[in-house]
Amino acid sequence: MPDENKNGDNGSSSTSSNGKNGSKVGVLEKVTTTVKEDIQSLKTDIPAKAKQQVEGLKDPTKTQVYTSIFRHKHDDTPRNRALGVLSNVFLHLHPAKINRDAVRYSYTWGMGGITFYLFIILTYTGVLLMFYYHPSKVQAFRDVLYLEHDVPFGKILRNMHRWAAHLMVIGVWLHMFRVFLTGSYKKPREFNWNIGVLLLVFTLLLSFTGYLLPDDQLGFWAVTVGTNMARATPLLGHEGPFGPQLGMTPYNDVRFGLLGGSIVDANALLRSYIWHCIGIPIVASVLMIVHFWRVRKDGGISGPAPVVLQEEADKPRRGPKAAGE
Amino acid sequence: MDWRQLWEICSAPDNVPIVGLIPLLIFYIYLAWKQAHANDVLIEQLEADPAMAKTHHRKTWPFKPGWQKEVHVWPFLLRIEFLAAIIVTIILMVWSITLNAPLEEPANPNLTMNPAKAPWYFLGLQEMLVYFDPWIAGVVMPTMIIIGLMVIPYIDTNPLGSGYYTWKQRKFSIGTFLFGFVILWVAMIIIGTFIRGPGWQWFWPGQTWDHNRLIYEVNRDLPDIFGITSNLGKGIFGAIIVGGFYLLGGGAVYSLFRRKMPKDFQRMSLLQFSLMAFLWLTMVALPLKMALRLLWHIKYVWITPWFNI
Repeated sequence: MPDENKNGDNGSSSTSSNGKNGSKVGVLEKVTTTVKEDIQSLKTDIPAKAKQQVEGLKDPTKTQVYTSIFRHKHDDTPRNRALGVLSNVFLHLHPAKINRDAVRYSYTWGMGGITFYLFIILTYTGVLLMFYYHPSKVQAFRDVLYLEHDVPFGKILRNMHRWAAHLMVIGVWLHMFRVFLTGSYKKPREFNWNIGVLLLVFTLLLSFTGYLLPDDQLGFWAVTVGTNMARATPLLGHEGPFGPQLGMTPYNDVRFGLLGGSIVDANALLRSYIWHCIGIPIVASVLMIVHFWRVRKDGGISGPAPVVLQEEADKPRRGPKAAGE
Repeated sequence: MDWRQLWEICSAPDNVPIVGLIPLLIFYIYLAWKQAHANDVLIEQLEADPAMAKTHHRKTWPFKPGWQKEVHVWPFLLRIEFLAAIIVTIILMVWSITLNAPLEEPANPNLTMNPAKAPWYFLGLQEMLVYFDPWIAGVVMPTMIIIGLMVIPYIDTNPLGSGYYTWKQRKFSIGTFLFGFVILWVAMIIIGTFIRGPGWQWFWPGQTWDHNRLIYEVNRDLPDIFGITSNLGKGIFGAIIVGGFYLLGGGAVYSLFRRKMPKDFQRMSLLQFSLMAFLWLTMVALPLKMALRLLWHIKYVWITPWFNI
């Protein structure tokens, strides 16, 4: 029984295990043969494997790592072109194919996409700015000075955030202008136009809440002028129609709620900061998701569609399909 | 001509977007008009020639049988998006390197800026404060603008012009939008930026901002011109004027639609039509009130103990 155990320890593959001088000799023999076999294997198998490895690396697209990341081949076939868009989370907002005229710049002006790109830039630069900024009366202005004079690339960071914000406002306006001129709010896109109007409002609010944050004279007075209008809100402002009759004072009206006080001060700065960095971006992002989703669900971008003639519109509803399309 | 003053206004960092907006807007209006015109010509052609309408692909761009109607997003769209992102990034970088974001002195509630201006995109609203009380200019009008924009798809019943630029098929809606966006919104921003100086007074471009200038404007209220003195009389008079504006204006819009746009009128429900007429008249009321103020120095038309319009 002990023999068998030791044999088992040394590997049962060997055939010359039962020597007549006892089990010790057998073990030694077995060890040496095994080692010899291993050395032989190292000499032949490892170079073979190494060769295989090198061969495999010559085509990295066949490796397991690669195929796990990229789920399809990339040879230039229509199928792969479609999959390149459809199997990518960032690109799958697009359809696989679009109207051949829709890629013309003159139709869409690219303003929606540019606005979204600017939002991404603003998020990126905004997060970097947040590392250097304290929303408190003592530090806010100094932080901006620090950014401008000491932080590496701080000045260009702030400049980019500012100008991208202005560009985004212009981009949103032009996008709305284009959508109106091409009648793209018409059936079935009515609801998405509404989401777009809300996004326009939130873009302006984002920019407006950011205006106060440097805590300088420009922002302070702009926000003072802006929020003073809230005093005059009908019913809810202490200077608005029927406000005093409803018991509104500077300390409980809608402006007080916006500023967290009766003047633009520390609380207003903090509220502005939180709306600017957290509140509105989240709401706007959710609306953007809905907006993009609905663009696809409502049938992709609206055109350029074939023109419809007056007499066709007068007939009972039928798809305005032109002969060529 | 004070060129220095003009340059100071135009080169103020926060005014640069507006200076840039003007040529951008002109360019895009031109781009839209060009395509609308081409489409209108095509529509006319097709309407005159039913045989052609049946075979034509109905776009102003060329199309030959055998061409694919659709193209792959990769690469035909994505390369444009990529290019656009690069161009925007370059513009932004160059802009950020050459022009610094404004930073004034630390906020000081005891030192009033004169003029104290809102951010440029709200200057239209601030300009309205000259003509209306804050509750209208600052609260009611912005709310009406938002609501007005949101109901557009539900009150515009014209099925034509969806997905292509056109002018002839949508004269009323495009005219209204151009008026509201370009004339009212953008032009008021330009007035607020380039023309309003200290004390929110009117300075022509190039005129030196005089901080000590005083204008003794004698603004009258409309009821006073008619010799109405009692509060009750003023209230009733104003209600008649404002109510009369909406009634007569509504009648005018009704007449216009019934005669000039009978098809649109037929398609509209009572609610759609009255909503459209109300919002349209409210929009038109703004320049009317501006004219009353600028030309005849009339401040209010309707005076009550609670609010003035």
